Amino acid sequence: MPSLEIRDLFVALSATPDKPIVKGLTLTIRTGEVHAIMGPNGTGKSTLSKAIAGHPDYVITSGDVLLDGKSILAMEPDQRARAGIFLAFQYPSEIPGVTIANFVRAAVQARLAEGEDLDATAYYKRLYSKMDLLKIDRKFTSRAVNEGFSGGEKKRCEILQMAMLEPTFALMDETDSGLDIDALRIVAEGVEAMRGDKFGVMLITHYQRLLDYIVPDFVHVMYDGRIVKSGDKSLALELEAKGYDWIKQELATA
Amino acid sequence: MSAPALSSSALPGLDSVLFAAHLSERASLPAWWLEAKKAAWNQFLALPQPSRTDENWRFSNLKDLNLDGFTLPEDASQKIASSATFPQTAELVFSNRQLVTRSTLPADLAAKGVIFAPLDEALRDHGDLVKQYFQKHPASLGSEKFVALNTALTASGAFLYVPAGVEVALPFVIQHTLTGANVATFPHTLVVLGPRAKATVVEFFVSGGTATERQLAAGVNDLHAAEGAQLTYVGAQHWSRETLSFQVNSIAVERDARVLALNLHLGGRQSRHESHSRLLGPGAHSEMLALTVASGAREFDQRTLQTHIAPNTTSNLLYKNALLDTAKTIFSGLIIVEPDAQKTDAYQKNRNLMLSDEAEAHSLPGLEIRANDVRCSHGSTSARIDSEQEFYLQARGINPTEARRLLVSAFFEEVLNKLDDEVLHSALTALIASQFKR
Ligand SMILES: Nc1ncnc2c1ncn2[C@@H]1O[C@H](COP(=O)(O)OP(=O)(O)O)[C@@H](O)[C@H]1O
Ligand SMILES: [Mg+2]
Repeated sequence: MPSLEIRDLFVALSATPDKPIVKGLTLTIRTGEVHAIMGPNGTGKSTLSKAIAGHPDYVITSGDVLLDGKSILAMEPDQRARAGIFLAFQYPSEIPGVTIANFVRAAVQARLAEGEDLDATAYYKRLYSKMDLLKIDRKFTSRAVNEGFSGGEKKRCEILQMAMLEPTFALMDETDSGLDIDALRIVAEGVEAMRGDKFGVMLITHYQRLLDYIVPDFVHVMYDGRIVKSGDKSLALELEAKGYDWIKQELATA
Repeated sequence: MSAPALSSSALPGLDSVLFAAHLSERASLPAWWLEAKKAAWNQFLALPQPSRTDENWRFSNLKDLNLDGFTLPEDASQKIASSATFPQTAELVFSNRQLVTRSTLPADLAAKGVIFAPLDEALRDHGDLVKQYFQKHPASLGSEKFVALNTALTASGAFLYVPAGVEVALPFVIQHTLTGANVATFPHTLVVLGPRAKATVVEFFVSGGTATERQLAAGVNDLHAAEGAQLTYVGAQHWSRETLSFQVNSIAVERDARVLALNLHLGGRQSRHESHSRLLGPGAHSEMLALTVASGAREFDQRTLQTHIAPNTTSNLLYKNALLDTAKTIFSGLIIVEPDAQKTDAYQKNRNLMLSDEAEAHSLPGLEIRANDVRCSHGSTSARIDSEQEFYLQARGINPTEARRLLVSAFFEEVLNKLDDEVLHSALTALIASQFKR
């Protein structure tokens, strides 16, 4: 079964490699599983997900990330993506001048064999059906990527890309923040539609409410660069009720 | 293979023997033309090479402007593929000094008096018309020596004349292909639009053979738009990696006429482009656009002048350069507003997108305003490519080269969007994209 294995990972900013942000994190995600990662702001959740995707601002100082048992650390970001890892950004970039249609098309084309041409008709058919599912107006295909999008539109656009690219593992970084309840439900339905034994998710969130719609198999609490507590979905409810101070106190007394 | 260093003694070169032979082949052309060629040849010989003290050549690489060792090419024997991938009205393809393809002008246009012919033929059949417009408003931005050489030696010229009131939808295409090592070409394009005429001209400059042949191109194009005429001109320069290129463009815009000139600079080792627009009558508008993909160790040297002579005229210049590797670009632009040109609205902008820390972009914008009631602005910006955008594209599986191509296309969109013709727009996008396939 495909797996994404994070082994005792230390991540720092490339500029300050001696100051780790992620400090020895270990987690294995298999396809068919949804792992929720919860934790206070500044604890290193985004750093973890961007480092796995290969963001050049970060350096992995020790540990490893393995996809189906093979280290991905020597791979470029685009190779990691084509190998099946998808990062849904907390803050997606705006790219003026590149339309959604051309952007997604380039991403789909990148996955075809050398010399193989994209079937444009089939592509648009698929794109439109995913857009309909996510209740994104078809006019968006000719809009520049994320330019002038509301927070909710940006997040839906991330899910659209994920639906089009069908990754094996998705790293979803606070896809729920900034969404109203309707948008949250649409995004959750989009993820649920992909759920199955060929797809694994690392779902970073602050809030329990997303987990009402995407019920996780595991919940992990991340604090100060590490996973400090793991459990099932009841852990999320407990966190919601007691807040993170409860974890901090538990750590202090331990 | 790098450019072989040739001394002037190794090859005949562009000397007086060669000029005399060129002239004698054209003995049947009008006398005024032959005189003009002789005068131009003498001017070429008399004018000095550009020098460091010349403001027009500030920042330019002067040491490689040497014309030693270049000669005229053999006549072309092989068939040349057309660069135009879009529907067109008619086409003239020159290979080396020869016209190799000429499509027939649609009969209705010919009946209306449209002329689209090689320059030599136009000189024979419409000599007075050519004489009236040939170098009527010469550009003087530093390359006068090379313009003189062009007049003296041009063999691959094109003449387009669209009479009053005639509108032509599809582009006229002119292509210059140069094949061989150490050879030179002198393209000359003369476009005359009568009052209220409308036309589009697309001109391609391409090297045949290998991409590494040392070549010289010294081209001139003169664009005239009479009262109320609308001209779109696109020049796409895609010379070989070792080509030394000069291209001098003059644009004359009469009352209420509009000229859009877009130059695409992709090839060459060192490429100098001069463009001078004159706003001659009230209501005239000139749109001066350029897109450059500066890669490798290429130098692109662009000099512009917007001269507002009549009142109520507008001009808008937007030159965008994408710089990669160790490439160098120079933009030097001047807006001159003459005393009578009140209510001028002139704009000039150079924007550089830096894709490499080792690339070098120079920008020298300037204004010279002699009227008091005008709106003029100019500016230049240089920005590094956004690394977050690059990562975002790569995180979707798009390889770094393709990611850069997308970001460069995005940067260029603002300029390409000024073309009304969607088909032409996508053809140019594809041509630019081909620069990134390595
Ligand atoms: N690119 C960056 N530049 C500077 N500091 C950063 C950067 N990325 C992360 N950090 C710092 O690392 C810590 C963890 O940040 P982050 O991974 O964004 O946390 P989270 O996503 O859990 O809120 C914070 O102190 C943050 O300021
Ligand atoms: Mg975060």
